[in-house]
Amino acid sequence: MSKKDIIICRCEDVTLEDLQNLIEEGYTSFEEIKRILRVGMGPCQGNTCGQLVQRELAKFTNTPISEIETHKVRPLITGVKLKSIVEALKNES
Amino acid sequence: MKANIVIIGAGISGVSIAYNLAKKGVKDIVVFDDNYLSGGATGRCGAGIRQQWGTKNNCILAKKSVEFFETAQVELDYPRDIEFKQEGYLVVATTKEEDIQFAKNVKLQNSLGIPAKVLTPKEAQKIVPHLNLDIVTSATFCPTDGHLNPFTVTDAYYLAAKRLGVKFFYQEKVLDIIVKDNNITKVITEKYEVITNKVVNAAGGYAKEVGDMAGIDIPVYSENHEILVTEPIEKIQGPMVISFSLNIYCQQVPHGSFIMGRSDPSMPKGHNIDASWHFLDEMAKTVCSILPPIGDLRVIRQWGGLYNLSPDRQPIISDVKELPGFYLACGFSGHGFMFAPMTGILLSEIILGEETTVDVTELHIDRFKNSDFKDYEKSVV
Repeated sequence: MSKKDIIICRCEDVTLEDLQNLIEEGYTSFEEIKRILRVGMGPCQGNTCGQLVQRELAKFTNTPISEIETHKVRPLITGVKLKSIVEALKNES
Repeated sequence: MKANIVIIGAGISGVSIAYNLAKKGVKDIVVFDDNYLSGGATGRCGAGIRQQWGTKNNCILAKKSVEFFETAQVELDYPRDIEFKQEGYLVVATTKEEDIQFAKNVKLQNSLGIPAKVLTPKEAQKIVPHLNLDIVTSATFCPTDGHLNPFTVTDAYYLAAKRLGVKFFYQEKVLDIIVKDNNITKVITEKYEVITNKVVNAAGGYAKEVGDMAGIDIPVYSENHEILVTEPIEKIQGPMVISFSLNIYCQQVPHGSFIMGRSDPSMPKGHNIDASWHFLDEMAKTVCSILPPIGDLRVIRQWGGLYNLSPDRQPIISDVKELPGFYLACGFSGHGFMFAPMTGILLSEIILGEETTVDVTELHIDRFKNSDFKDYEKSVV
């Protein structure tokens, strides 16, 4: 299968080719790659791409995968509608 | 290591300064950052560029910066997209005081060549159809304000500076600046000792601490400002909508997601950048009241970042009389991203002793000596 057809990040449509090209350019941490390709910034919060990106970084830098830094996990754990938050607040008061 | 100039901070200000100096032929420029590319305030900002300000200096800096942003993709010869869009900022007034103040602001902006205009609520609704007119008393709009992707713009400056020979060290914290007989002699980092007599402080949220290293007291402080992003949807909103009285800015970025933020008056000073429940609650309430349909969007992520606030909410872009060779680019008060092109141009001119593109007297750190800070920029969220 071509690297162009292998999807690494389903939220943001990032392919293995996109990822490998960027790593070869010298961006070798998840946080840097996230900022340019948006991997890990979508609704799944990196649950799909996280380990795949780590594996590619481990291969490229010849480092055990356990030593590759994971991405920063941010709230929220799952998507919540803004109006649901407002309604929940009304119910509280 | 020896360096002609050491720049502390590789956020948007630092990379812009490095690029402009290198473009003018300065060699041996070294940039240190204790984080990864745009890991600080730049990468955490609201990604807007605005020219509708209440003070002359902010208007001029913003207008000239927009002129650069219009050409940045080509000038910086960047292979990826900086996602520049000019669909304006709609500044919404909700009180009589704001109506009067904003009309005054537009007069000032027009006198400086900024194409802003005052709108009735109905006219504003034509530009943003989902605006809740029950709370809007008037609005102002500038069509050439807009958006850029802070990550890729920083990356673009960084790559352009690197091509011109600038050396970058990320994850490399500056520990000290050594001053002897009122001259800078060295910069000490975790791994290096750099012999230099020129240092630029572009350390964003840590500008005060870097000033302290050189024995210079900079009257700035840092404060957490939070922000959130929603799932992406098809395009429904062109401009950024911003209100100072309601305490909100909210835009749909080209990617499709909505980014919005507000400030918290009870936020303590400091370097905390945590995301809070309180922010999420207040942000949801505010956006649902001014832009009701946005309430149907799911929040995906929230985060915080540092404003570095100066007493008059205008940046400090200057040399330091007490310490030759020490230069400041700090106190941007939440707007360092949008002023960055001018920050780079002006500091390169100040450092090289050239005539500056605009008058920088009122951007000098000395303006705070014997000042009561009564005049300050009020157009800040």
